[in-house]
Amino acid sequence: MPALPADRSEAVFADFKPALDDNQARVEAHRCLYCHDAPCIRACPTSIDIPGFIRKIATGNLTGSARTIFESNVLGMSCARVCPVEVLCVGDCVYNHMGVPPIQIGKLQRYATDHAYRQGTRFWQAGPDTGRSVGLVGAGPASLACAHRLRRFGHAVTIYEAREVLGGLNSTGIAPYKMPADRAIEEVDWVRSIGGIEVQTGVNVPTDLGWAELEQRHDALFIGIGLGPDSRLQARGEHLQGIHGAVDWIERMKLGKVDVSKVQTAVVIGGGNTAIDAVRELLGLGVSYVKLLYRGVEAGMPGYAHEWASAKKEGARVVWRVQPLGFEGHGGRVTAVRCMRLDRNKQPIEGSEHTIAADLVLLAIGQGKLGGLVSGLDGVQVEGGRIVADAAGATGRPGVYAGGDCVNGGQEVVNAVAMGRDAAVAIHSFLSAGGR
Amino acid sequence: MADLTTTCAGITSPNPFWLASAPPTNSGEQVLRAFDAGWGGAVWKTLGQPIQNVSSRFGAIQYRGVGGVGFNNIELITDRPLEANFREIAEVKKRWPKNALVVSLMVESREEWKEIIARSEDAGADGLELNFGCPHGMCERGMGSAVGQEPVVNERITSWAKEFATKPVLVKLTPNVGDIVPHGLAAQKGGADGVSLINTIKSIIGVDLDSLTPRPMVGGRSTNGGYCGAAVRPIALHMVAALARDPRFRLPISGIGGITDWRDALEFLLLGSSSVQVCTEVMLRGYRIVEDMIEGLEGWMDARGFERLDQLVGRSVPAFTEWGELDLNYEIVAKIDADKCIGCQLCMVACHDGAHQCIHPGTELTAAGVRVPVVDEAECVGCNLCQIVCPVQGCITMAQVDNGFAPATWNEHVGHGATLRPKKGSHG
Ligand SMILES: Cc1cc2nc3c(=O)[nH]c(=O)nc-3n(C[C@H](O)[C@H](O)[C@H](O)COP(=O)(O)OP(=O)(O)OC[C@H]3O[C@@H](n4cnc5c(N)ncnc54)[C@H](O)[C@@H]3O)c2cc1C
Ligand SMILES: Cc1cc2nc3c(=O)[nH]c(=O)nc-3n(C[C@H](O)[C@H](O)[C@H](O)COP(=O)(O)O)c2cc1C
Ligand code: SF4
Repeated sequence: MPALPADRSEAVFADFKPALDDNQARVEAHRCLYCHDAPCIRACPTSIDIPGFIRKIATGNLTGSARTIFESNVLGMSCARVCPVEVLCVGDCVYNHMGVPPIQIGKLQRYATDHAYRQGTRFWQAGPDTGRSVGLVGAGPASLACAHRLRRFGHAVTIYEAREVLGGLNSTGIAPYKMPADRAIEEVDWVRSIGGIEVQTGVNVPTDLGWAELEQRHDALFIGIGLGPDSRLQARGEHLQGIHGAVDWIERMKLGKVDVSKVQTAVVIGGGNTAIDAVRELLGLGVSYVKLLYRGVEAGMPGYAHEWASAKKEGARVVWRVQPLGFEGHGGRVTAVRCMRLDRNKQPIEGSEHTIAADLVLLAIGQGKLGGLVSGLDGVQVEGGRIVADAAGATGRPGVYAGGDCVNGGQEVVNAVAMGRDAAVAIHSFLSAGGR
Repeated sequence: MADLTTTCAGITSPNPFWLASAPPTNSGEQVLRAFDAGWGGAVWKTLGQPIQNVSSRFGAIQYRGVGGVGFNNIELITDRPLEANFREIAEVKKRWPKNALVVSLMVESREEWKEIIARSEDAGADGLELNFGCPHGMCERGMGSAVGQEPVVNERITSWAKEFATKPVLVKLTPNVGDIVPHGLAAQKGGADGVSLINTIKSIIGVDLDSLTPRPMVGGRSTNGGYCGAAVRPIALHMVAALARDPRFRLPISGIGGITDWRDALEFLLLGSSSVQVCTEVMLRGYRIVEDMIEGLEGWMDARGFERLDQLVGRSVPAFTEWGELDLNYEIVAKIDADKCIGCQLCMVACHDGAHQCIHPGTELTAAGVRVPVVDEAECVGCNLCQIVCPVQGCITMAQVDNGFAPATWNEHVGHGATLRPKKGSHG
């Protein structure tokens, strides 16, 4: 894997939620009620035994605490940083019903998992060799969780990844004030330290390596290819310099450099979490005037309210009920977004056309779906661009499993981890039952 | 990885964590779940002539918002038919042959002891625990602590049990005595294979301020109950250590009383217990706590280079001695880490009102805006009080001072006039 440049743009960001020190962790851990059959566990897609790991922090058994976390979620270090805990575990802490601040579960999880990383504790060894092999497409959270579990069972695994960087969006997409790319990559190394997780980068499936060939090489396949490139507006002037897909721009900002020194006004189009991330990232990089353009109103934003609240505090501006129509430019560079106002029903208001100045535009209106890539695999169904898989990750083709964003349409890292892990269990049963 | 296997009084278990005889060991269904969770052994709820219990049985102390720091109960021994108990004991033993299953017993006459011991052993018990400890109800009927408080009776019944038993016999001692040692020695004389301690302490947990009735309330009245839970641990530790360091006492000890986690358990092991028993914390939090106890103990042993449990059992006993053997010239003083101080002044008020008036208000604020108190080290007696009240771990440390005086104990001072350093903090 190529080393990340030290002076990459994301390096200027500090942690938005700083780590707990020993005293803070002790006080917080002792506050946990150690609920039984706890709602926080049910709210965690990977079902980490949260009261259990917190009690272990309280008794000083930090290594055991980390083991409890990793047992359910081998990417527990990054999830501690990137999970939207406000709407997951923390949102369901019983203290919320008491009107008492909920336990800071994410921060405690970070405290325990960081300890294990510092100590270099590995916890698991690969299982005895079963002689069976699994091919995984994509090296994002879904495939990594799947691969680790498959190694615990003793199956050989090879991951095929189109990019040179491993970790999927965890490395290329996460807002740097939650987690910089080098931590995500460190996590990949940690996961791989179980041994025997082969990786081939620069392999685009099926262009570089066809499905038939993959099926020949392996006894089962797992597809964890995530989502496709940023969607475009297909509007006039979209080719102008200074207009980028948000996910694409974020990747360049995280892994390399983006130059925003001359940007006076940046516009982000969209209302989801990627849009909010992009707004906060631009502000953090020093762009003083960052404007979000969204078709609806605040209450209808698909992005998380807690994220938007932070963006506002950091200085985000916003134009509600507005529809971009196209872009204007000068000398080949974008200078403004041409817009129209929308009414309550998101219908264009006649005669409301106007322009909003912008010398950088990020499009955060969604990502394409990659389901089409599996058209060569008979039996694998695709619906609305998503690969169809059952709760255990099985597609309609025996021996072919899928999970993560390419199946759920784009959720969180923790969902991808749960799906990858559970698919590994299903693949193990399939192989143990003599499948393929 | 450290091996947690232990043998206590000839009874072997995969780890030293046993459930104490109490509600968590009331039935086979429960003990099976406990063994599933990882408990290495269990002492069955005391069997005897099944009794009738009262309704409202427990009371607890709320201290600074935390419930259950101390706990008490007025329940008696098993209220379930003996047949059911023995059937379930046999079932548990069949399913978990390697775990320690000890049956606690409390009956009156020699004949009864003979019969119930035979039935327990037939059911598959690995050992027997004689309950000479219950400080409420049963003692009014001449059993429990009524036995445990009389060394002669203790020794007699122990010898009966030894006469009838083929399996190891543990005597469970009551803490409701002035000095535990004669009672441990009585059990030893009676032939016991080991002792377990402590049972509960005679107590009134509180008074209900609405009805003016002591708690737990039973129809407008109450009675003294048995005190247990975290708050009793220091008493239990002392009793365990008092036996462990007595040269006449040679029996293995199963330590009980206020154990809530692996650290507490470790303290009992270090003071001479070769197994530990837990009741209250399991009642408050469930069998699940044992996972952390096992892992925490293993982790600690690995970090310290202990491979087997017997390497650490009793390790702290030699350092437990008489007051007269303590070095009076050993001197420590409190040091406050200004970077860690949050300015609560709790150490100052504690030292001023509760110790020796040698922590004073800081005159300036730190860069962080904190008023850090100042220790007058020339007057500090090194009592630990400030460190105890400090809410920030690692902020106040007690540092040793080299005062130039050679070590001298009180005994050495009165014996041959060893020189003592000048007193501090007496403001003479
Ligand atoms: C901007 C942004 C911010 C986000 N922030 C958060 C957050 O804060 N918290 C959170 O929990 N989630 C966040 N997410 C969502 C999270 O990143 C994803 O849900 C998660 O990474 C999905 O994991 P995955 O393994 O399914 O797919 P991905 O992480 O997308 O990984 C898929 C991998 O497959 C590779 N691949 C794709 N096609 C092919 C092919 N044809 N051949 C070979 N390899 C291929 C890709 O290069 C990629 O490495 C964010 C997403 C985005 C876009
Ligand atoms: C509700 C309750 C019932 C108990 N019943 C018994 C009993 O039947 N036999 C016995 O030997 N000890 C009994 N005990 C005492 C415990 O076994 C144990 O010795 C004591 O509670 C101290 O341990 P702890 O602090 O872990 O609770 C009981 C304790 C409680 C709280
Ligand atoms: S704990 Fe169970 S038995 Fe006891 S009072 Fe509550 S409901 Fe009744």
